[in-house]
Amino acid sequence: MSTSHGSSYARAWTIARTDLRQLRQARDFWMPLMIIASLFFVVIPGILLLIITRVSNIELASQLSDVIGALPTAIQEHVKGESGPTQASYALAVYLFAPLAIVVPLTVSSAVGANTIIGERERGSGEFLAHSPASEREIYLGKLIAALIPGYLTAFVGFGLYSLIVNLLVGPKVGGWFFPTTSWVLLMFWVLPPFICLALAMILAISARVSSAAAAQQSSALVTLPLILIAYSVASGSMFEGNMLAILIGAGAWIGAILALTRSSKAVRRERLLGMGG
Amino acid sequence: MDTVISAREVIRTFGETRAVDGLDLEIPPGSVTVLLGPNGAGKTTVVRLLTGALAADSGDLTVFGIDPSGRGGAEVRRRCGVVPARPALYDRLSGYDNLRYAGELFEVDKDSLPDRITHAAERFGIVDALDRRVGAYSTGMRARLALARAVLHEPDLLLLDEPTAGLDPESAKAVLGLIDELAEQGKSVVMCTHLLLEAEGLADHVVVLDRGTTLVSGSPEELTRQFWPGTRVVLDAEQPDVLDRAARLPYVRDYSRNGVATVDLATVDAVPDLVNELVSAGARLTRVEPQVPSLEQLYFEIRSRQA
Repeated sequence: MSTSHGSSYARAWTIARTDLRQLRQARDFWMPLMIIASLFFVVIPGILLLIITRVSNIELASQLSDVIGALPTAIQEHVKGESGPTQASYALAVYLFAPLAIVVPLTVSSAVGANTIIGERERGSGEFLAHSPASEREIYLGKLIAALIPGYLTAFVGFGLYSLIVNLLVGPKVGGWFFPTTSWVLLMFWVLPPFICLALAMILAISARVSSAAAAQQSSALVTLPLILIAYSVASGSMFEGNMLAILIGAGAWIGAILALTRSSKAVRRERLLGMGG
Repeated sequence: MDTVISAREVIRTFGETRAVDGLDLEIPPGSVTVLLGPNGAGKTTVVRLLTGALAADSGDLTVFGIDPSGRGGAEVRRRCGVVPARPALYDRLSGYDNLRYAGELFEVDKDSLPDRITHAAERFGIVDALDRRVGAYSTGMRARLALARAVLHEPDLLLLDEPTAGLDPESAKAVLGLIDELAEQGKSVVMCTHLLLEAEGLADHVVVLDRGTTLVSGSPEELTRQFWPGTRVVLDAEQPDVLDRAARLPYVRDYSRNGVATVDLATVDAVPDLVNELVSAGARLTRVEPQVPSLEQLYFEIRSRQA
């Protein structure tokens, strides 16, 4: 029966897979997002780390040592490396780029999420879904998965590339590959996922109500911008204050995400897929 | 089951507007029902109510004996195939992927899905275009793909909303052919249209809607009896002037002559009497043609009476 859980998830997955297939065909949509992701995960860290690890100017090296001295004592103890530039590159790699790892996947998921429901309405294909046996919950779940996967994929592929760059550029100076650290693993696998879910819950609820993709993007930006700022602070905090804080923040974010997802699942209604109802 | 669709006093409003205002419908299984009405009559809303895509504000509506907007709605939708006024296709996907998506959502058996897709595409002449992106399809091809998608899961009830609007004659013929074919298979079809000619000859049951209300409903024969009780005969003769005698006959309701003579009689039984009378008067008749009213004539008769 279509109401069984197995079938229900199968149908949600069918919706998600079809959305992802469409996304893959929309190069004009995902190319800019991939460029942003590459910039933040690969290009900017790579250039900065490359420059810093090769500083030979004594004055500049001394200034970089001063920067390390300005970090909290607990952090200073963990910073590896002998010279100022090496310590600076280690600190940069481990502590300062962490927020970007949250911001970029959030941006990607938000963009996909804002487009997924409103796109159905704008193209008129929502009518097909509205007449289909898929339940509103299955449609919501499908759309959610379709927006989550690109965000997570960006996060983990970006994280992998970032790890490689960091280890290749800084690793030899600090005695071998050192990345990812426990804090980063916690950030990527415990803190980031609920933040993406939280953002998507809000975006799907908004995009089910507004009438155009432009309006969905605008409203989503309004909602996700504070969330991105919070995520930024959280990522920095969890890096600087230790793993326990990251675990607590992650737990809080998971509770918030589950509540938000449950609430926003009611936003997807058949008549809204037809372009009716506010 | 006596009826596939049963609606009693169904109302659906959008803000201040009553799109459907007290709809009454009884549609028997295996019939072709045509919903006739001008733009804004509420035809599209009726289709959406039938699948539960929209819920009625009040009234009783069942499809296959189930409330489509209730808990059993998924079962209703699984047994329905819908061709909306806009084809509602996924332009970035290929024709094949559009059909596969529908097949999976409508629970077509995984193993038989590829064959079903090919068969449906062949049926509507789009098999060569299946690998192409739908965004590159012509209007006619999109309509054919929408039709293939609607019948892929072999629905018991097919709902077509203005299915031939904007189509080339060949595609329109494919639509009407499909309806005929489904009717022969004993499936139920509901078709919304404002094009009376395409409903002609297809409809077992006609429902005339206006401003969300059922003006009349019944088989074309019933509606003919109700709204076209007399018989119209077209006559011609070698000496047309002689035909004017018909105007004075007691059983002739109306008479006009403009090239040929058009005579309205009280009953079809009066036709032999009319012919005898005219022949006796010396007329050499070259044409005696009793007329069955077209759906278009009926529709306008109904509308004028309601007005």
